Amino acid sequence: MATRTRERVGPGLSRSDLGMRWHRMQRRYAPYIFISPFFILFAIFGVFPTLFSIYLSFQQWNPIQGLGAMEFVGFENYTWLFGDPWFWKSMWNTLWLAVVSGLPQHLIAIPLAFALVMGVGRLRHLLTAAYFLPFITSTVAVAIVFQTILGTQFGILNQAVGVLADWPLTAWIFSGMRESLPIDWLGRAEYIKPSISILVIWKYFGFNVVLYTAGLSTIPREYYQAAAVDGANLLQRYWFITLPLLRPMIFFAVTLTIIGNLQMFDEPFVLTNLAGNRTGGPDEAGLTVAMYLYRTGFEWVDMGTAAAMSWVLFLVIGVATFLHFRFLGRRSLERREG
Amino acid sequence: MASQLMNTRETNPTDGNPTGAGIRKGLLLAGLLLLALLTFFPFYWMMILATHSRDTIFSAPPPLWIGDDLARNYRALLDTLPFWRNIWNSVYIAVMATVTTVFFCSLGGFGFAMYEFRWKNGLFTFVLVSLMIPQLLNIIPYYLIIDFLDWLNTPRAIWFPGMANAFGIFLMRQYIASTIPKDLLDASRIDGASEFRIYWSVVLPLVRPGLATLALLTFISQWNNFLGPLVILRGRDAFTVPLALRSLQGLVNTDWGAVILGTALAVLPLLVLFAFASRQVIEGLVAGSVKG
Repeated sequence: MATRTRERVGPGLSRSDLGMRWHRMQRRYAPYIFISPFFILFAIFGVFPTLFSIYLSFQQWNPIQGLGAMEFVGFENYTWLFGDPWFWKSMWNTLWLAVVSGLPQHLIAIPLAFALVMGVGRLRHLLTAAYFLPFITSTVAVAIVFQTILGTQFGILNQAVGVLADWPLTAWIFSGMRESLPIDWLGRAEYIKPSISILVIWKYFGFNVVLYTAGLSTIPREYYQAAAVDGANLLQRYWFITLPLLRPMIFFAVTLTIIGNLQMFDEPFVLTNLAGNRTGGPDEAGLTVAMYLYRTGFEWVDMGTAAAMSWVLFLVIGVATFLHFRFLGRRSLERREG
Repeated sequence: MASQLMNTRETNPTDGNPTGAGIRKGLLLAGLLLLALLTFFPFYWMMILATHSRDTIFSAPPPLWIGDDLARNYRALLDTLPFWRNIWNSVYIAVMATVTTVFFCSLGGFGFAMYEFRWKNGLFTFVLVSLMIPQLLNIIPYYLIIDFLDWLNTPRAIWFPGMANAFGIFLMRQYIASTIPKDLLDASRIDGASEFRIYWSVVLPLVRPGLATLALLTFISQWNNFLGPLVILRGRDAFTVPLALRSLQGLVNTDWGAVILGTALAVLPLLVLFAFASRQVIEGLVAGSVKG
């Protein structure tokens, strides 16, 4: 009977009843639907590939022969890698580049950010944008331009160095290295890693400047004013206020650098690719693990070994990040609480 | 410039002796400007070299001003590469990536920012953790999946997998949570709006600056994307701009005038974009790191 009366009351009520339920349903399930694209895509292109690549690292496989050609080899890929001189060389190159092209970025960027925030007024945004510009541009394009800048005979860097070495005021700086001029930046093994580092520092220091100016803007101005009243000079203010309070941001920025640098690919790959050389220049001096991984997987089509290499690299990145956290991160977080 | 110096001096009256501080500030500014010029130099150099022939590019003293071989370099570039086709590929991929990323990431960010639901914190932590997985780790299986889907050599293999990505969701969650009060949702519900309608007609118009930031960042990173296309795209007609430029390198007699013109054309759109939107790009990139 009740249902009959309800129907008789009219479609209006039952429709609004339905409407209420529809709204409640919506409210409950809408957020799951809204966030689901990420999880679906991540399952297909993230979780599954990761699990598959662990599995793959224990297989010998050339994908051209189809899935049936997969052959279980246990830890053979890993043991092969650890006996492979090129792998060790690429690992050494990667670590070298990570430090030499990483550390200076921060040593430049921190005082630079301090200077920008302290004393340039309205030019600050223009200067910051100028430093940041290399970060947004194509690595391939700028690496090609750097090839001409670093040319041996007619590269503009060597020509500038030559002029400075002959100029009386600056000659003393170059007196020790006169014989080695002009420098064969990309043609000799010992100069390749420094060349790559120049490009990487140039490309990324501005990004760190931006991070650090953002970090500095969270330090209350009163600290500096109080220090100035107490007679602290600029250097003291930098050392005793800026550096300690900037620590969390330093931790964050250095972490990004570590993770990025240990995967370095584009810069050495393009910069050392002169006349079709694809082993990172003479003596594989610019061959990073990422480049070696690419060659192993896509040129030699040895997917199992390449997958094993990616996991070794992942482990190295994990260890480096962990050590960084142990020695810099924990202290910086303690400071923040105190 | 002088007035600029005066201004900074006036706004910082705490710095003791005005002339000494002024000189110091002037030196500092000179140093900062010099560094900015040094940073900008490769771009200037790129534009200059694009107008020179191979012979003048590699000569002493080096050319420092515009030459007259631009037209010749342009013809040489088009002779070696279907360059406009490559530009179109890059534009297509970058635009598709941008539109889809902005839509799905703002939707996901909206979900995380405005609703309470079961497992919300766990799911969001998962998003953050997934940010830390190195891209390189997945490059082999990424290629294999694209191969399995039969998407090799197609643009969608590049933009589709990343269209709802962790970084974008994180960025949009932060932005929406800090700008939109939750009461707004209830007010809209009383007016009878559906949940999607609230997102689309109420929230989206209010978070335009956040959307613009994500759009710019996505466009830039896709325009410059190298490793993904390198693995997926084969053949000159499918190449994006960075791949096309790299393909010129292996040639025995590299025509450097043409190559540099290509790099200039690859970088110029971003330089123009950045000139108008530098502040938004910079602030957007660090928003997560400061707010988080």
